[in-house]
Amino acid sequence: MTEISPLVILIAAIFTNNILLANFLGMCSFLAVSKRIDTAVGLGAAVIFVMTATTAINYAVYHHVLVPLGLTFLSYIVFIAVIAAFVQFVEMFIERFSLGLYHALGIFLPLITVNCAILGASLFMIIRRYTFAQSVAFGFGGGVGWTLAIILIAGLRQRMRYSDVPVPFRGVAIAMVITGVMAMAFMGFAGMVRIQ
Amino acid sequence: MAKTDIVCATCVGTGQGPCDGKGVQTLKEGVWISNPISIQILGICSALAVTNRLENSLVMGAALIFVGVGSNLFVSLLRNVTPRRIRMIAEVAIIATFVILFDQVLKAYYWEMSKQLGPYVGLIITNCIIMGRAEGFALQNRPLVSMVDGLANGLGYAAVLAVIGFFRELLGTGAIFGHVVLDPSWYTPNQLMVLAPGAFIALGILIAVFNWISGANKAEAEGEAP
Repeated sequence: MTEISPLVILIAAIFTNNILLANFLGMCSFLAVSKRIDTAVGLGAAVIFVMTATTAINYAVYHHVLVPLGLTFLSYIVFIAVIAAFVQFVEMFIERFSLGLYHALGIFLPLITVNCAILGASLFMIIRRYTFAQSVAFGFGGGVGWTLAIILIAGLRQRMRYSDVPVPFRGVAIAMVITGVMAMAFMGFAGMVRIQ
Repeated sequence: MAKTDIVCATCVGTGQGPCDGKGVQTLKEGVWISNPISIQILGICSALAVTNRLENSLVMGAALIFVGVGSNLFVSLLRNVTPRRIRMIAEVAIIATFVILFDQVLKAYYWEMSKQLGPYVGLIITNCIIMGRAEGFALQNRPLVSMVDGLANGLGYAAVLAVIGFFRELLGTGAIFGHVVLDPSWYTPNQLMVLAPGAFIALGILIAVFNWISGANKAEAEGEAP
């Protein structure tokens, strides 16, 4: 995996291998907050920041602590602990230094610990054997891609308030179907770049 | 963490839902009445990701049953000695232990499947179903009934995954368990079903069918659109 430039990984993580639309990660919080665009933007910003930082930290922890000690089977529990601790730390930090940012992002931060996209990005980084630069590019691109998808779908769902959806489909069911259509649209990017 | 609190509040606060049942009732609640995926819409990341083949779906269902039963048992056994403030961390540690156990066994005896499922076995840790059951049921109930609850929710999850996996593999490749059942001479496999969009659309239709059978949306149909 050393030959792919981080820039290619960044583009691919946003468009062709979108973490939400192609890898189905982060669906839980996605369905909860994709009803309005402004909350989607808030959570998206928090996800980009946390995902970029935690892939970097987890890369360091995995390759410089777990591998030398032969404890790679503990990676799940260590990754989730790093993510939970990081989110807690960021929450305390911005509450102390920037109340404005805290009110904008604060309520989203606890949601992020249980967002599987964050843990998923770290697991993909290990499975695909990324280097450090590639990992950070993947973490950042994954966050941007997730945010892009959630904002697009929040826009669609806002408009759907005025449409006459068949009764059994109302709510989550129709949201899943339009997400499917959005995933189809993103498949149009498939020829652009390719990462596995 | 707010997610699990919501789950807990919906069933504990109202006195309805899976938290008030015992034994057989608990089993029925988990599998059908408040099925984790189709009714509560929890844990759908993996429900979408691994259902492109029936076999993958069944292994993932087995993983969730194992982790659900094991973690519910231990969370329940330790419920009186776990300080309230750190219960989340304790739950995550217990769940992660069982996920690691399953992952190691899968890697040792079924490497091909382990590669196919990729990160999604590890992602059971952040699966809202497991956290929700530990938080909403096992913390308040005795060990045996908690195990039944874990089993029931695991079974409910596995059943939905099996249904989605069945249809996606059948329509996407014309085969079941890799054996061709729909003759290619008259059925052209719809590749879209095994790709990402097929997963979203299949789950959307499945949820709609559940709503249709249970009449879930009837009450709100008057007032609010989605």
